Amino acid sequence: MPVLRIPTPLRSYTNGQSEVNISGSNISDALTDLTTQYPTIKPHIFNEGGDLRPFVNLFIGENNIKDLQGVDTPIKDGDRLVLIPSIAGGRDVA
Amino acid sequence: MLPDLSRDEILRYSRHLLIPEVGLEGQRKLKASSALIIGTGGLGSPVALYLAAAGIGRIGLVDYDVVDSSNLQRQVIHGTSTVGKLKVESAKAKLVDLNPNIQVDLYNEPFTSENALRIARDYDIILDGTDNFPTRYLTNDVAVFLGKPNVYASIYRFDGQASVFYAKEGPCYRCLFPEPPPPGLVPSCAEGGVLGVLPGTMGTIQATEALKVLLGIGESLIGKLLLYNALDMTFDFVKLKKNPNCRVCGPNADIKELIDYEEFCGVPSHDHEEGSAGAKWDITVSELAERVKTNHLKLLDVREPHELQISALPDAQNIPLGQLAARLSELDSAEEMVIFCKSGARSARGLELLVSAGFKKVKNLKGGINAWAKEVDKNLPVY
Repeated sequence: MPVLRIPTPLRSYTNGQSEVNISGSNISDALTDLTTQYPTIKPHIFNEGGDLRPFVNLFIGENNIKDLQGVDTPIKDGDRLVLIPSIAGGRDVA
Repeated sequence: MLPDLSRDEILRYSRHLLIPEVGLEGQRKLKASSALIIGTGGLGSPVALYLAAAGIGRIGLVDYDVVDSSNLQRQVIHGTSTVGKLKVESAKAKLVDLNPNIQVDLYNEPFTSENALRIARDYDIILDGTDNFPTRYLTNDVAVFLGKPNVYASIYRFDGQASVFYAKEGPCYRCLFPEPPPPGLVPSCAEGGVLGVLPGTMGTIQATEALKVLLGIGESLIGKLLLYNALDMTFDFVKLKKNPNCRVCGPNADIKELIDYEEFCGVPSHDHEEGSAGAKWDITVSELAERVKTNHLKLLDVREPHELQISALPDAQNIPLGQLAARLSELDSAEEMVIFCKSGARSARGLELLVSAGFKKVKNLKGGINAWAKEVDKNLPVY
């Protein structure tokens, strides 16, 4: 089963899990599985149109899915996916 | 023509001169180089210290803030003795003590669309040590327009990212992140905080990359993004490609000059004000102190549970902001209520949520529990 690595800012939506097993034969299916398992993460990675938000990138191994076939990119067992959101860093919490 | 090294400098930099990749010529290159560091905070501290120690001939520091004691957990260029002083002055004192052979130029002003090109024009390389999205996008665009490398790092809790964005040779920050997150969406501000040593690690990586780029040695992070997690102690790399649709460095770029970055990001870059929901919705801590003497008021604390261990108000109900929308049924919209957080920003967003859900008798505690701790109950700590 492919594994999706969840960055710290999004772990509060995956019950603190740093890695999540996801099933599907391509990225689109796998992300549907992710949002089925963890519904609250959905608005944080997808916009209203169902596309990945422009401040979130998804990589398979070391390649951005944008440089592959986007959400149609096939995935297989053992693939390692990582979500990379933009982080600003250092700003104090109000 | 590279500058010569003095007898003192040869001794000072001898450990560099012994490395063939640097050597005498490389050290003279560094002496001839200049670096602009945006921000003298968590990232800027190690960046400035190591670049000064390495003998970069001219270092520019941009910051408009003053040193606060809460900075010292990570901003190691400053010290207890410089609390209350200008950060650029505090940093310069440390740098010239570390290396009196270098020139340190100070820009005690916010980095803005008005001054950024003027400030950055005369430097060879830019180091992004900012803490907010507007200044990050500004720094990127300045580097693209001036054709300079932008050594980037960003931190969040235990996570760090680093790259070298250099549009002449690879992608820029906007190729990876065309747009910033809308305010309050990702990452949740309610989960801020950072392990103090994390910016030390990431800033030191920035300094390493800057030296390599200036010396023209090794394999830089151009076209690569480094992902570090301190908790798992993992370093991962992913490949970054130029985005053909990039609005600043792509072939059909439509952004040709600096824009209004606060508007673009929907957040202020230089806002240290206490959170406010607007005069109509705010209640001050002194007003609240008076009110609770005579009336029962429901208090709603929207901070994270671990923050309650630092300070808390008795009888307040805790619903973290991230859970508020899902837990509205626990609240009575007919009841008078005061919503609060650490300093008022999260609770202002909570108030918006409540008002849009039909709550009318709700007020936002201006300045949050920190203002209460400063003005009403001095036994409570400020954090």
